[in-house]
Amino acid sequence: MVEVKTEEKEAKKEEGKEPAAVPEKGEDTGQQPAAGLLKNDRDFVIPGDKLVETIDYLPGKNCFREGDSIIAKKIGLVSVNGRVVSVIPLNEVYVAKAGDMVIGEITEIQSNGWVVNIDATVEAYMPLSGVREFIDTNKTELSRYYATGDVIYAKISMANHSTVHVSMDDSRARKFRSGRIIKFNPAKVPRLIGKQGSMISLIKGKTGCRISVGQNGVVWLEGENEDLAISAINLVKDESYIEGLTDRVSELLDKAAPAAKAEPSKPAESKPDKNKPAEKEEKV
Amino acid sequence: MKREDGRKPDEIRPITMKAGVVPNANGSALVSFGNTTAIAAVYGPKILHPRRIQLPDKAFLKTVYNMVPFSTKERCRPGPSRRSKEICLVTRQALEPAVFAEEFPKAGIEVYIDVIEANAGTRTVGINAASIALADAGVPMKGLVTSVAAGKIGNEYMLDLAGKEEEETACDLPIAYMPEQDKITLLQMDGDLTAQDAKKVMELAVKGCKLLYKKQREALENRWIPKVKK
Repeated sequence: MVEVKTEEKEAKKEEGKEPAAVPEKGEDTGQQPAAGLLKNDRDFVIPGDKLVETIDYLPGKNCFREGDSIIAKKIGLVSVNGRVVSVIPLNEVYVAKAGDMVIGEITEIQSNGWVVNIDATVEAYMPLSGVREFIDTNKTELSRYYATGDVIYAKISMANHSTVHVSMDDSRARKFRSGRIIKFNPAKVPRLIGKQGSMISLIKGKTGCRISVGQNGVVWLEGENEDLAISAINLVKDESYIEGLTDRVSELLDKAAPAAKAEPSKPAESKPDKNKPAEKEEKV
Repeated sequence: MKREDGRKPDEIRPITMKAGVVPNANGSALVSFGNTTAIAAVYGPKILHPRRIQLPDKAFLKTVYNMVPFSTKERCRPGPSRRSKEICLVTRQALEPAVFAEEFPKAGIEVYIDVIEANAGTRTVGINAASIALADAGVPMKGLVTSVAAGKIGNEYMLDLAGKEEEETACDLPIAYMPEQDKITLLQMDGDLTAQDAKKVMELAVKGCKLLYKKQREALENRWIPKVKK
């Protein structure tokens, strides 16, 4: 087993040596996958494709084990990380995960909470305990806080099996009173945020828009250059898996709006996290 | 014996497969065998209504098979019929073993199959399209499902019966098959065959499915690889 590990490392080193060798379709390049692997890193796979035929690797996300082999569950790109083989999905729907910040719409008011549509596989529920204020349900209508049709930026406080609870008990959570909502592909949200929030702060900085990204693939934005920001976001959506994305987004923003603010509006202030989408919104 | 359209006995009609044809759907595909064309669109997994059909432990796979009125020579009556209900059911049963439905409790995966041109083999074309569309939508699956019919005319086993052949044949046997798993998920038989013949016909259909699998893969690659690689 140790052998396999070293061999794999060597293969990685080799890849590192020639940055020109952008991995292409497995069959086209003469590149041999590391021992035990049937696919190269970043190879395109469809459901049912065998990735590994030995017991030396572990199935990661979007893969499953059958006998000794590991098989892909979704269309995507192979990702080999040490001994873990996983598939980066190219298309998927959002599945709620505790701790995610999402954008959702209040669809129903019940006796002690709200039903929220967060574009996931099930409806989310916001109990009264999810709101910071104390609410006396005998005296006040719940719609005074959140009415149907309101759009909120909330945290998923619980997601188990088929029940999802959201809460406003987070410094980033808020209700949107104006601005625009666009739908994005949830599989590509990590690209839109970028490493350490680099992509989203680039768009924010160059367009001067306020943007909130929900992990569920819903994006809220407001500002003078909304259209420009949307076209940048669409570029991320269409070309998210081609290398040099940041440069192209930056180019697009510079070309389309030389008049737009030249001074980056202090992206340093934001402290984004890869898993947690947008940073603290400046109070309007 | 020569076939009506000059095909070899083990040849499928000209195949077209294309993924990503319906922009509003999560995943979609168009598949045609000769003059039979179906479009499949997949929505979800998403919130399922009405609530009483939600399953507590897994997603409900909702398949809707529909022949549009202009799909046949004579206008066909729109709306569900006894025949289309049966095909909805067998399509669902053919696809269910391939889908990891237990990952989405209470949710619904909606598969809409519209046959826009019908000339024999609509259910098999529909299953092929639905399987590509499900994969295109990013629904977790064990593998793709392929489907084709086969039969026996005279002494010959023939693949993908079309036109007059459907009337001449002793038997029409559509199957759905998962090539990666080597499993048959749908097996219907319309007519009479001896056990030996049935086995031969099934083998022929499985052979056809393996070819279809390559085409399905191509369709998905053509849709996604340009987006992934420069």
